[in-house]
Amino acid sequence: MSWFTLPVDNLLCRCLGISITVWLTLLFVFIIVPAVLGVSFGMRRLYMRTLLMIFEWAMLRMEMGAKEKNQELYKPYSNGIIAKEPPASLQQEIQELRGSSSCLRSEPEFEMADIFYFCRRGVESIVDDEVTKRFSAQELESWNLLTRSNYNFRHISLRLTVLWGLGVLIRYGVLLPLRVTLAVTGISLLLVLTTLVGCLPNRELRSYLSEKVHLMCYRICVRALTAIITYHNRENKPQNGGICVANHTTPIDVIILANDGCYSLVGQVHGGLMGMIQRAMVKSSPHIWFERSEVKDRHLVAKRLGDHVADKTKQPILVFPEGTCINNTSVMMFKKGSFEIGCTVYPVAIKEGEDAVQFANRVKAAIAAQGGLVDLIWDGGLKRAKVKDAFKEEQQKLYSKVLVGQQDQEDQEDHSDDKHFEDENPDAHKKN
Amino acid sequence: MGSSSSSIDNIPNAQEIMQETGFSAAHLLRLYERFQFLDRDQTGKLRPEDFGALRELAMNPIGDRIIGAFFSPGQETVDFPSFVRILAHFRPTDSNRTREGPQQEPANSRTRKLKFAFQLYDQDRDGKISRAELLQVLRAMLGLQVTEEQLQSIAERAIQEADLDKDDAISFDEFRKSLEKVNIEHKMSIRFLR
Repeated sequence: MSWFTLPVDNLLCRCLGISITVWLTLLFVFIIVPAVLGVSFGMRRLYMRTLLMIFEWAMLRMEMGAKEKNQELYKPYSNGIIAKEPPASLQQEIQELRGSSSCLRSEPEFEMADIFYFCRRGVESIVDDEVTKRFSAQELESWNLLTRSNYNFRHISLRLTVLWGLGVLIRYGVLLPLRVTLAVTGISLLLVLTTLVGCLPNRELRSYLSEKVHLMCYRICVRALTAIITYHNRENKPQNGGICVANHTTPIDVIILANDGCYSLVGQVHGGLMGMIQRAMVKSSPHIWFERSEVKDRHLVAKRLGDHVADKTKQPILVFPEGTCINNTSVMMFKKGSFEIGCTVYPVAIKEGEDAVQFANRVKAAIAAQGGLVDLIWDGGLKRAKVKDAFKEEQQKLYSKVLVGQQDQEDQEDHSDDKHFEDENPDAHKKN
Repeated sequence: MGSSSSSIDNIPNAQEIMQETGFSAAHLLRLYERFQFLDRDQTGKLRPEDFGALRELAMNPIGDRIIGAFFSPGQETVDFPSFVRILAHFRPTDSNRTREGPQQEPANSRTRKLKFAFQLYDQDRDGKISRAELLQVLRAMLGLQVTEEQLQSIAERAIQEADLDKDDAISFDEFRKSLEKVNIEHKMSIRFLR
């Protein structure tokens, strides 16, 4: 039996050997070398375009299928539980509550029904509130052949099923090994090369080389993610001795930004692989890693930031002032730390997908407008911290305006509104 | 959160709750997920602190009263059925109910909604809104934006208007009467999606 299996074995081994060699060569030529040199073949864009075409086609088929059966095509847009009407102002809602009965009165009054407004708002927020919604994963608006929502796969047509199967094959058979290889290469190169560069004595050479090394590794990682990044307004690119401020959508943002230029990073110290990478990076270029829960560390960080930007030869610092990950629908309140340093701040807006539109003056509004995101007043730190009473006061202010009216501010000194009450109800003014 | 595949079977007494409150299975499921989300330490019950973590609620001038409404007097925790029963008050009123179930009034009837609002005022649950209780609510809703005198006169006026039997307090019937013209079904309802 042995003579029978040997040639087959040999053949198998040979095939495997050849295919792996071919694979690695292709990889090297088409991906790693361009990454090192910084050119692109445009394959990712082609891939994206193809994918989009497929999704559109699939969506069309689904809609046709649903129309035939006369069903509603369920689109998992929102993960909201309740339908919140467009937020009318407090004044409007209370006027509505009072209805026609208050038209006759000359001055605004308290009505027992006013409480309904606050009551309903309160219960609405118990059932579904804006802030927690922002922190959960955003559901995709179109069925993407690899459903990301809770809802089970419905059989629409054979063609779609076949397409879905093909998608699975390509994803796990071709793309996954490719991406894993690239990611591993990228990260190990980063670790090794930065450590090596860190050993060099000459400071200028070191920073020059470290820049090259960082760029190269980030480019490889970007290819591992199959990311297509478009940079707008390149003339505003952050310069040395400045701080770059961006909104934070995923931990990969760092890679995306760093693909274009070198930044010094500020961030939480991690353990494991991330920790290793952090330690390696620090050897060749200056980064600031700190421990979030240590109060002392925070003051130290502010000082280190200040020292870093003061040195004009050092790279710009990259800061994500929101301090936490948002799910790409809004820009939360910026923490003040990065703006207290007193140097030039370069705002950057990161948005998945669409082109950016405009730039406004103020940094936070600028980023929100640039990315087409919603400008919220919510504090991203809410996830961890308690609430401030100032906002409650605002609600009270608004309501008191409805009750007591605008004239309150002027009449305060001469107490004319007191007299007004007295005229109408002479015996009503009892003081307990 | 995320794509956990919970089903209606995970909820104890689901059918009973649906029958009692009128929520559909889908709504109940969403509420259960919400309940679990609010229940941070996964004890299966909610405490006032769990509600307190919601910013919009903390911002609400009567936020703590609303939280209090979920807890029966003397109880420190609220379980899922009680949670849903309270929320059932806010279901939109069904225009033509043909349900042949028990003859008790549905949770989202006009009277029950009014009763819920009444209890927000009447914290000691003695069936009457006293002048002191009214002042407390007004103070909560207005904060430091008005003077003590203004507050007193507002309260005075409100009692004068609503108090028909002149006992210096507003009973539930007087409360109901003063809100005759208000579209409570709409204002005290929350439209649940799906």
